[in-house]
Order: sequence, then C-alpha cells, then structure tokens
Amino acid sequence: MNPNPVNYLNTDYTIKSWLLTTDHKRIGILYLCSILIFFAIAVYAAALMRLELLTPAGDLVLSDTYNKLFTIHGVLMVWFFLIPSIPSVLGNFLVPLMIGARDVAFPKLNLLSWYLFMVGGFFTLHAVILGGVDTGWTFYTPYSSTYSNTHVIEMALGIFIAGFGSILTGLNFLITIQKMRTPGLTWFRLPLFIWSMYATSIILVLATPVLAITLLLMGIERIWGIGIFNPKLGGDPVLFQHLFWFYSHPAVYIMILPGMGVISEIIPCFSRKKIFGYKFVACSSVAIAVIGFLVWGHHMFVSSQSIYAGITFSLLSFLVSIPSAIKVFNWTATLYRGSISFEAPMLYATGFIGLFVIGGLTGLFLATLAVDVHVHGTYFVVAHFHYIMVGGMVTAFMGGIHYWWPKITGRLYPEKWGQFSAIILFVGFNLTFFPQFILGYLGMPRRVHDYAPEFQIYNVISTAGATILGLGYLLPIIYLTWSLKNGKRADANPWSATGLEWKTASPPPEHNFAKPPVVTEDAYNYPPLGKAKEAGDA
Amino acid sequence: MPEQNQIVAQQREAATLGMWAFLATEVLFFGGLFVSYTVYRHFYFADFAAASRHTDVTFGTINSIILLTSSFTMALAVRAAKMASQRLVSRHLLLTIFLGIFFLVIKGFEYHKDIVDHLIPGPHFNAEIPLHGQIFFYLYWIMTGLHGVHIIIGLAIMSILLGLNARRTASLKNSQAIELAGLYWHFVDIVWLYLYPLLYLVGRHA
Repeated sequence: MNPNPVNYLNTDYTIKSWLLTTDHKRIGILYLCSILIFFAIAVYAAALMRLELLTPAGDLVLSDTYNKLFTIHGVLMVWFFLIPSIPSVLGNFLVPLMIGARDVAFPKLNLLSWYLFMVGGFFTLHAVILGGVDTGWTFYTPYSSTYSNTHVIEMALGIFIAGFGSILTGLNFLITIQKMRTPGLTWFRLPLFIWSMYATSIILVLATPVLAITLLLMGIERIWGIGIFNPKLGGDPVLFQHLFWFYSHPAVYIMILPGMGVISEIIPCFSRKKIFGYKFVACSSVAIAVIGFLVWGHHMFVSSQSIYAGITFSLLSFLVSIPSAIKVFNWTATLYRGSISFEAPMLYATGFIGLFVIGGLTGLFLATLAVDVHVHGTYFVVAHFHYIMVGGMVTAFMGGIHYWWPKITGRLYPEKWGQFSAIILFVGFNLTFFPQFILGYLGMPRRVHDYAPEFQIYNVISTAGATILGLGYLLPIIYLTWSLKNGKRADANPWSATGLEWKTASPPPEHNFAKPPVVTEDAYNYPPLGKAKEAGDA
Repeated sequence: MPEQNQIVAQQREAATLGMWAFLATEVLFFGGLFVSYTVYRHFYFADFAAASRHTDVTFGTINSIILLTSSFTMALAVRAAKMASQRLVSRHLLLTIFLGIFFLVIKGFEYHKDIVDHLIPGPHFNAEIPLHGQIFFYLYWIMTGLHGVHIIIGLAIMSILLGLNARRTASLKNSQAIELAGLYWHFVDIVWLYLYPLLYLVGRHA
C-alpha cells in the first residue's frame, strides 16, 4: 500500500517525465541538481586558490593557472550558481504556490529557460575543459577581446545563452505575479518573498539584455580583430566597463534581493510575530531594484571616469543603503518581544542579518570616493562582496532550503544536524573572509598568487576558515540526502507557518491546490502572543 | 463554465503583458548599441559625418517606406484576425511577409554595394574616410545586421501563423497570436525608424 497520496514527485518516475516536465516544482528541482554541480566545480577552484595562498611564494600553481582558477570560480559562482540559486530553485518552486496558482504563466517557457541554462553551462564547462579563460569574470577589454590567448569566445557564448534563460525566468515570474494571483491576494497581502522576486525579475528582464549585447560586441571584436572597444580605432575600453557594470551592478541585487525575501519569510515564522513595517519592507525591495540601476559607475572610480560622474555615483550608491537598512531595522524590530525559537532556518536567518550588515557597511566604505582609491583592487573588495554574496545570499539559500525542505520533499531534516551546520557555516565564513578585510586594508592586491610574507598569517587563518566553511556545505548535502529516505514524514505545515504554500500537502499535488484558495487576511498573521501583538502592528 | 472563461481571459492578459515585457528587454538589447553610437558620435563628430555620407540614402529611404507599409499590412492582419476573417488574415500576412522579404533583398543589394565600396572596417577600409569613420561603419554593420536578424525571425513567426491560419479550425484561436506577432513586427519597424535617421540622414548635413 502506498502511504503517500499522489503528489508531484510520485506521479511518474521516468526520466522523460522529468526532462519534459512543465511543472514549476519539478523544474525547480532540475535547477537545484544542476546548480549544485556548478557550485561544486566553483568551490573546487576556490579550494585550490586558498591552498595556493597558504604560502607567500607561488608554489602550487603557475600564475596563469591561478588566473584561470579565479575566472572559473567567478563565472560559475555568479552566473551558474548565485543568479539561479534562490530565483530559479526556490522561486520556481514557491512563486506559484505562494500566490495560489496552478503553475507559472508560461510553463513551457519555464522549461526552455532550464534548457538554455544547461546549454550555456555546457559551453562554459567546454571552455574550462579546453583550457580555461584567464580574463576574470569581468572580461575587461581590450585584454579579453585582443590579448588573451584563452577560450574567451566559448565561455562568453555560454554566459550569453544562459542569460536568455535568466531573461525568460524573470519575464515568467513578472507576469505570473502580476496576473495569476488567487482571489483576495492583493498586492499588500503578498508574502514578502514574492515582492523580492518581483523586484529581482525586473532586474533580470531589464539588465540581462545589456550584458548580452556587451558580450556580443566583445565577441565580435575578438573574432573580427577590430572593434569599438579597441583604442586602435579610437575605441574606448571604458565604454565596455560602463556597459558591463550597467548589467553587473544590478546583477549584484539579483544576488541579494531573493535572499532578503527568504529572510523576511523565516524571521516572522520563528518569532511568531507579524513582520514589522510590512509596506516598508515590500517597497524597499522595489526601491533597491530601481536605485540599483543608477549606481554602476562606483565600479569605475579609478578608471578615468570624470570626477563629477564619480561624485554622483558615490552619492547614488549611498542611497541604496537606505532601503537596505530599512529591511535590517524591520527584521530586528520583528524579533523584538517575539517568541523566538532557533531552529536551523532561524539560525541561518539571524546569521544573515549580521553578515549582511558587515557586508553592507563596508559597501559604504567602498562607495566613498577617497577610501575606494585606497582599497580599490585589494582583498577589501573581495571580502566585502563575499560578505554579501556568500554571507548573505548563500546563507539565505541554505536557510530557505531548510525551511521549505519539508514542503519540497515531504520529509523533515534532522534538526540537531541542521543547527550544528548553520553554526559551522557562520564560524567558517567569518574566519575565511574577515581576515581578508584586514589584508585588503593593508594593501594586498586581489587576483595574485604570490604576496609579501607579512600577509601570511591572515592568509593562513583565511584558508583554515575555508576548510571549516567547506564542512558547512558538505554536512547539509549529506544529511539532507539522508533525510530523503530516512527523515520523518512532514505534515502539510510543520512550522505552523502562515502562507498559502503551507495550506497544501507536503509534497504538494501536481496542480498545487484542489481549487483556487481565497485569501481573506494579511500576510504573516501569526497568532497573537500577549503584548507582542501590538509591537507587531506597524 | 465561468471559471474556465476566467482562466482563458487570464492567459490572454498574461500573454499580452509577456510580449510587452519581452519588447522591453529588446529595447535594452538595442540600447547598448544606441549608447555606443551616441558616445562615439560625440567623440568623433566630423569623422561620423564624413562616414555617413558613404551610406546609400536611396536604398535606405526605399527600405523605410517598405517597412512602414509592412507595418500597415500587419495592422490590417491583426484587425482581420479580430473580425475572424480567415481569408483576410492570410492575405495581409502574405503581403507583410512579401514586404519583409523585399526589404531583405534591397538590404542585400545595399550590402553588396557597401562591400564593393570597401566600407568594411579593417585594413582595406575605404581610404577617403577618416580613421574613426571605421567605428561608424562597425556600428552600421552590427546594428543593421541585428535588425536584419530580427526581420528574419519575424518572417519565420508570420510564416508559421500563415500555416496555422490555413487550417480552418485554428483561425479563431490564432487571433491573439497574430496580435502578439504584430506587436513584435511594429517593434522591429520602430527600431528601423531610429536606425534610418542615425545612419543615413543626420551626418549628411552636418
């Protein structure tokens, strides 16, 4: 006898049913499995780099190899892990469930996105196998278009193709959220995860095409032998940087907004309180997306950009800190007098807040013109963006995976192991990256494989931390896989959480809901707990 | 069946909005090229003016007229689809496809003339044009080339719709598909309306 009712996982077990599925939940799983492969390769590249940096001399790999390692690490982590991580895995799984829809607006396009992503990934890995690329993930011209003797075209083509997958995913979410909400689910009743996915989708749709045309121009320049970024004809390499960062800075927000959305779901659930200042948190997501389009020049303070442009971009960059700070203050205020419990998702979420604050504040240092001139191109920058991308996004991704694991798989993960690895991740992360702030401030340049001996102590601490961080990634992979067969069965709502995704079975049936649910209340209507109720009403 | 009707209506709205969002990505895609054009025209004003005198304004003007007319026939096709007139849909789609092909043929002749005149940037570039004029022609080839790719995609879409429309049962269901194809075709037309003055006209009188 089958103890499980029919759900999206057990309707059909054939490989074909997975590869041709248009079910948003299965596509989410396809993304999860594929990004983990890219993540593993990128982690391996990072491990080799950290190993090389144990000693001041370049004794493990050649400088050419080192250049290729950080390029592979950057390209795979940015385009093949972080950008699809929360949007394509959790977003695909949750967006229709959270708004009470049967599926996304365009299910076939959704599958096409995954295939584009995989074809792009294939070309990128092909470039790695052929011998790699040494330009860094930024592909600055004229090095990438003229001088590099590596497989730039294959890798750029991979990113170009995967980019169209991103555009279609963003477009799908945008239209799904706009048009497919269940009756009663008004804009200001939406879960905050949906708001952040909406903001993310705006960026995916409007920024990614600019990357596509920029890589196309760079590629044509490389093939044709001449081009508009080449000074030989009077071209300006700084124009490439403008176009590249016009995409890549908003892309930074693709790599943090979805994480903020996850945190906004977890914090109220484990504080048993309504989120503080719902409307502010919701609108700050959109504000970050909009302002994020106006700050790209802060990557180019030392690139011959005019000083007036520098001042303007510096001021605009400070502006982004306002909506970001609104979120942090509102999460903290939600905790205040809540009935807090520290299950694994909550440990990840509270870790996120601390790490994001450090990453965000050091971002202000970098947005300050004079300070940036001092620390530009040093490990300070590396530490800063890893605090946002790893300390922020990856921590939120792990928190989200744990939080929705019972919904996705129908099984509970072992709680003690979950809490243990959340702490391991936090400790390992800080040990790895905090010393890099000091290194950068003291002047150690990024992207070099040998360095002055006085920097060694910090590099040893960082490498030691990286091994602990690696354990923090390895443990969840082991016990989550274990729980697939051996975990306790989860009921529909193991966290007693609000939100439509918890109103259907775990795992959900193929069409999510028997009939469209009707929403009659605000999000996060957690049961009142004495006086805590008033504090939550913003 | 009211629920069923609601779902159909929802899907229609979703498809239209999806097309508009897609066109927004296209604007940004071409936007990178227009920004590059603007920057270099500002840097090398005189060279751009000299270079643009070598484009063929006759071909360009004829093609503008053809493309505008094709937008008109496309609009008629959309209207015919709304009136559920299978015969008119086929006729207007066919006219649009014909005009699109006509555009490409003329563009082909123009490209041939450009090649003969040594207007491809590189070592054999036309010696009468100053150095930075090569950037103008580099952008000319990429902008008109990408626009041409969009025309070809549009022709493919319309051919598929024409085939679907020939099957009697499909005609009504297609009406939205034709509307969406129309939106795309008008967009391609609008891109040309910017390319035409930028590449053929403004430099001539500078």
